[in-house]
Amino acid sequence: MAYSDKVIEHYENPRNVGTLDSKSDDVGTGLVGAPACGDVMRLQIRVNADGVIEDARFKTFGCGSAIASSSLATEWIKGKKIDEAGQLTNSQIATELNLPPVKIHCSVLAEDAIKSAIEDYRKKREALRALAGE
Amino acid sequence: MELKLPIYMDNHATTPVDPRVLEAMLPYFNATFGNAASRTHAFGWNAEAAVDNAREVIAKCIGASSGKEIVFTSGATEANNLAIKGAAEYYRSRGNHLVTTSIEHKAVLDSCKRLERQGFEVTYVDVEKNGIVDVGKIEKAITDKTILVSVMLANNEVGTIQPIAEIGKITRARSVLLHCDAVQGVGKTPFDVEKMNVDLASVTAHKIYGPKGIGALYVRRARPRVRLVSQMDGGGHERGNRSGTLNVAGIVGFAKACELMMSEGPEENARIKGLRDRLQRRLEAGLDELVLNGDAERRLAGNLNISFAFVEGEGLMMAIKDVAVSSGSACTSASLEPSYVLKAMGLDEDLAHSSLRFGLGRFNTEAEVDYVADLLVQKVKKLRDISPLYEMHQQGIDLKSIQWAAH
Repeated sequence: MAYSDKVIEHYENPRNVGTLDSKSDDVGTGLVGAPACGDVMRLQIRVNADGVIEDARFKTFGCGSAIASSSLATEWIKGKKIDEAGQLTNSQIATELNLPPVKIHCSVLAEDAIKSAIEDYRKKREALRALAGE
Repeated sequence: MELKLPIYMDNHATTPVDPRVLEAMLPYFNATFGNAASRTHAFGWNAEAAVDNAREVIAKCIGASSGKEIVFTSGATEANNLAIKGAAEYYRSRGNHLVTTSIEHKAVLDSCKRLERQGFEVTYVDVEKNGIVDVGKIEKAITDKTILVSVMLANNEVGTIQPIAEIGKITRARSVLLHCDAVQGVGKTPFDVEKMNVDLASVTAHKIYGPKGIGALYVRRARPRVRLVSQMDGGGHERGNRSGTLNVAGIVGFAKACELMMSEGPEENARIKGLRDRLQRRLEAGLDELVLNGDAERRLAGNLNISFAFVEGEGLMMAIKDVAVSSGSACTSASLEPSYVLKAMGLDEDLAHSSLRFGLGRFNTEAEVDYVADLLVQKVKKLRDISPLYEMHQQGIDLKSIQWAAH
């Protein structure tokens, strides 16, 4: 299978690879996929007081398209408000990377990773608010 | 010597035609081009003579007693189909049961599946963790309804060599036919249809530096005489076993390839094994968490199947795009299922996704092996740096303890 230039570019120069402290209050972590299925994405966001994603990091176990999808996802959500980032869809990623039909699941996983990271962050905030309210 | 890219290390998929094979074939395209079935002129006689000579060479290469036991086909897929369906159909009155293994080539497995739809029963014997079938399990699977046992000589993914001689003793004693898909093993590991009591054997030219599009089925003529129902109707070529004008140039090339295997095989296999061991040593020296798939000893000289834990196979192949190998990862096929061979061996699915198959052959060099090993060490490290699984593994997290969401 031939890869699109954009997939190759992200694969060879992945953006925002790394790890944020998942225990930190302002960090949300999404871990999606499964090793048995051949792809696992971990996407993390650091959100400031205004609800803006200041930093995003990923690590991915998967094929080139999975790595490129998560790399692109971090690039796109950085600097966005979490509500805005949560609206990013897999088809936007698939279109940008020219993913063939058999690789669409990679973009779906990236969307899931973003949503899961945002959800993790929101849960933490709610738990903190609940604590503060006591 | 300067290294030329890309590097071919996928010799289980196919091999390049040896220049000596090509040279032997060329006259049969436009000089001795006759139809081997033409009985009325020299063009036909000369083509037939070349074919008959080739039959004898190929027969000798697999230990058959006569060239008359060679039935030419378009390749091993057709040979496997003819052997399994042809024998099942002919011997149906004797029984409706077949025995095979779960790591056979699809040409065998899917022929069996078709027979199942036609009312036959098939037992698929699982292999052990090392990729080798337990002879006792084959023996146990045989019933008084069994007409055929089909086991491959060497596996195409993990290179494991199956105990055909031992199985042959059992099938002979039980008066059950033994078919062997010998495609990957001929010339590379001892194979002798007489000594091993094999009754039907599929072989092909393009895995031994011959051309694609030509294969053969060995069909035993005595003790016992094996009969088949032909699967291709037409002019009744190949003693009625397979109609169709013979591919004379291909057949000549096939025989030349066998001849080279017989004269150079032993020395060549020792050299290839040296390259394979070198590749394995260099990878193991540079990387941790590698898993060798398939028995370490009882395997083809050119085969190395390794799982690079925490790195996905297709992603890894993309990083070594100037090196032709293949992967047991789902992503390389349309099916999304990882290799059924590795699964049958009981390998965890994540490790199946992380596997690469190297197939070293006649034209690989030490310089190529060193280049590939160094490149892989570098790229696996890079991919592990971006693998969440490797990070978790290093933190001491047991990946099996995590509830992964399937998707």
